[in-house]
Amino acid sequence: MFFPLLVLRNAFRHKLRTTLTIVGIVVAIAAFGMLRTIVDAWYAGANASSSARLVTRSSVSLVFALPLNYAQKIRQVDGVTGVGWANWFGGVYVNERNFFAQFAISESYLDLYPEFVLSDDQRRAFLADRVGAIAGRKLADKYGWKVGDQIPLRGTIYPGTWTFNLRGIYDGAEEGTDTSTFFFHFAYLNESIKKQYPGRGDQAGVFIESLGNADDAAAVSSAIDATFRNSLAETLTETEKAFQLGFVAMSEAILLAIQAVSYVVIVIIMAVMANTMAMTARERYGEYATFKALGFSNGFVGMLIFAESLGISLLGGLLGAAATFPLADVFASTVGSILAGFKVSRETVMLQLLAALVIGVVAAAIPAWRAARVRIVDGLRAIG
Amino acid sequence: MAIPVNYIARNLVARRLTTALTAGGMALVVYVFATVLMLSAGLEQTLVATGQDDNVVVIRRGSQTEVQSGIARMQAAVVESLPEIALAADGRPLISKEPVVLINLPKRSSGKPANVVIRGVTQAGLALRPQVKLVEGRMFRPGTAEVIAGRSIADGFQGAGLGETLRFASRDWTIVGVFDAGHTAFDSEIWGDAEQMLQAFRRTGYSSLLFRLNDPAQFDAVKLFIESDPRLTLEAKREKRFYAEQSEALSKFISYLGTSISIIFSIGAVIGAAITMYASVASRTGEIGTLRALGFSRAAILVAFLGEALLLGLIGGIVGLAAASVMQALSISTTNFQTFAEIAFSFTLTPGIVIASLIFALAMGFVGGFLPAARAARMKIVDALRAA
Repeated sequence: MFFPLLVLRNAFRHKLRTTLTIVGIVVAIAAFGMLRTIVDAWYAGANASSSARLVTRSSVSLVFALPLNYAQKIRQVDGVTGVGWANWFGGVYVNERNFFAQFAISESYLDLYPEFVLSDDQRRAFLADRVGAIAGRKLADKYGWKVGDQIPLRGTIYPGTWTFNLRGIYDGAEEGTDTSTFFFHFAYLNESIKKQYPGRGDQAGVFIESLGNADDAAAVSSAIDATFRNSLAETLTETEKAFQLGFVAMSEAILLAIQAVSYVVIVIIMAVMANTMAMTARERYGEYATFKALGFSNGFVGMLIFAESLGISLLGGLLGAAATFPLADVFASTVGSILAGFKVSRETVMLQLLAALVIGVVAAAIPAWRAARVRIVDGLRAIG
Repeated sequence: MAIPVNYIARNLVARRLTTALTAGGMALVVYVFATVLMLSAGLEQTLVATGQDDNVVVIRRGSQTEVQSGIARMQAAVVESLPEIALAADGRPLISKEPVVLINLPKRSSGKPANVVIRGVTQAGLALRPQVKLVEGRMFRPGTAEVIAGRSIADGFQGAGLGETLRFASRDWTIVGVFDAGHTAFDSEIWGDAEQMLQAFRRTGYSSLLFRLNDPAQFDAVKLFIESDPRLTLEAKREKRFYAEQSEALSKFISYLGTSISIIFSIGAVIGAAITMYASVASRTGEIGTLRALGFSRAAILVAFLGEALLLGLIGGIVGLAAASVMQALSISTTNFQTFAEIAFSFTLTPGIVIASLIFALAMGFVGGFLPAARAARMKIVDALRAA
């Protein structure tokens, strides 16, 4: 009982200093957690994607579309159970700041994505309306859309202003499902293009295939690509996950920088904490010498400092980890739909506590070593 | 009367470990702050430097980038006949009608694919961009499957180096030259013959037009003509403005994220400074009493301790900036999500960033030092002397 009480009394001898240190650690640990969560959110799209779906795109790059008749040929490939297609629309809603993904989709597309939950009524209403559209729950909430609203989008790839009737709002079947995408009919887009630009129609941006067995992914991908080899539009087929990770990889330099910076904050707070412990120990050399004079061992004196340092850093770490959750909620609601699946992962919390532990140990190392080695005579002579 | 600066500085030297730890924490914060600003400045400079003042870019109305744009040959011919376009030495108008597409290439470092801009250019296109200089190999010959690659692409992507071949649009293209575009966006592009590109990618129209004005002041008249002609669904922008707009989103993202990170981090550093200064005040209570008894005013004490904190901040700021300036040797390549294409840019230290970083460091010292300094100034002489 004596040891913990002593550590506790020691820790709060300088209330202001200890409080400031804890506040610093809370801020640092929370910031560390937030940065990691931001990086995680980047990968959320890839993590939520199914490995039983393939994406086929032009082998040159996504900018090039594929002929629509590829759908028939892809359907004949062994192992493919369903085919859908989609075009990136890239429209602007009111102004450029309101960015969200918009796809023109084939009717079969929704069958490939069972994780988009849409009531039967709304689904029927969407399919019946040529200029109908559906939006994810998160997106609809962000702009306050209700079923029946008219949504105008200014096309950047397809010129003109396009107005859609919102016929349904879908939810995600799982927690990680992204519900911030806007879908409308490919047929509507295709007919409008054919009217405006004869010759530009009947082109799909990507084909999506569902597989009977996810283990066939590699074989089916190469079979699809082989079908179109040496044609005018060669294809590249990969799993949806690899496709999504390809997007993440494009911003990799920035992600790496954020990750690096998240560790810098730990180093900064380590310096602050080490400073606190160094000052604390220096002021108490006299006391440590007294302990030793009374017969306590060097190890005991060292442990006193370690325990105090760890106590402060772990308390800060726990508070910081706890503060990350409300912070992440606030961040997610301000940034909105850009980052889907903004959730603090268990791994992040573990890393936060580990970081707090490391801060406590590193900060105490030198002061504890010095205090343990202090000679009784010098220590008693020392003035704080 | 003021307390000598010497006294202030010596106090920092007397507690070396504490000073080093506190200044080190601040240095790290300043380092992060400065590098982020350098990154965003580097990106802006790269794209702003890309444009020339008297050049005009024409793209389809509403399309924000060249890749999304499309211009029919008939429309291009209308623009080409504008009298305001400058003439080259051979008497032909200085206008380049260019197809611009993206292709997927794997990076040399990671093997991961990224989008690279392929631009079809003409003789006029080269004349319009005097900053582009061939540094290795030779120019592509018109009418052949030869291309030249920008410095960053040649270094960063597989198959894009001199003498290597790239396969796209069902053809093999040989890289016959490497060009340096003087740290502009063109460094991240591959150029070939415009007519060859149109055929290879089966395009019937161009993506963008670039021309030079006889007189930069005619821009408004040309813009009005192009945007009001019902045959043209196009818009005209000054080249400088056009490229500056393409850096806006990414550079804002970097600087917003960076500034908010720096501000959060600075809380930690400010707390470190406050702890140090409180301890500094506490251990010198007797000294403060003596100084007051000698006749130094409360204001002088306040100034002395604030000065100490500011000095601490300044040391941190200078160390942080020095570390950040080393970053200038590095360049970074990432996808600009506005154009969806790879762009390489380097960390650029501007005088503005130096001043901003030093002010930031001094502000951290000031905020951290103010309360401790105020406590020191408020002490009563008798109490302070008795405490010693």
